[in-house]
Amino acid sequence: MADNVKPKVRVPKTASAGEVITLKTLISHPMESGQRKDGDGNLIPRSIINRFTCDFNEQNVIDVTMEPAISTNPYFEFEAIVPETGAFTFTWYDDDGSVYTEVQEITVG
Amino acid sequence: MKFTRRETMLMALGATAATMLPGRAMADVDEKVAEFTGGAEIGEGGLTLTAPEIAENGNTVPIEVSAPGAVSIMVLATGNPTPGAAVFNFGPLAGAQSASTRIRLAKTQNVMAVAKMADGSFVQVSQEVKVTIGGCGG
Repeated sequence: MADNVKPKVRVPKTASAGEVITLKTLISHPMESGQRKDGDGNLIPRSIINRFTCDFNEQNVIDVTMEPAISTNPYFEFEAIVPETGAFTFTWYDDDGSVYTEVQEITVG
Repeated sequence: MKFTRRETMLMALGATAATMLPGRAMADVDEKVAEFTGGAEIGEGGLTLTAPEIAENGNTVPIEVSAPGAVSIMVLATGNPTPGAAVFNFGPLAGAQSASTRIRLAKTQNVMAVAKMADGSFVQVSQEVKVTIGGCGG
């Protein structure tokens, strides 16, 4: 359904143990709200990403339920605690069943 | 022109329906809030909603919610055809109970946030955002 869905995330490469870091995520997606009409006056069906989660070493950081009022190319900025070296997993769930995942590693030095 | 009893009844019904229509979106908001809080009392304070006073483009309005000690925060665009915007649930590794995103606003309206605190209480805050160009197509 949605073409060229590309996740982008910004995670620092290193952190100190227990540090709170800021994460920024962006994913290209039309987020069709289901309210718009095409040229012929037909309703364009809803097609959005309905859920976004971020986990660190399988522990949850944030879990967002998304509705049509979220803008095109959904952007999220939030903070996470880094207790140890590991990887952040970012997951987006599309209405059409697709799941987009991005993994970023971070080293605690 | 004379109205029969039946016509008068119909007109009254029509008028009632017409006045109830604008209330529909607000009812949706109440429903969403009730679903989130389970009908609990909602207090104030401890929750910040940062949104622009004037948004030139309703398609992407940056907002930020922050509530130290919250478990989850719901954001509602009360003037949209469907008021729900997002629910942020914070996990054990959340560095702060805050998040920012961008939302669509169909017209000038109140943006509302409701937070569920760790002790099970609820707080809410709302802010008016003036929208120059609406963001729901149409």
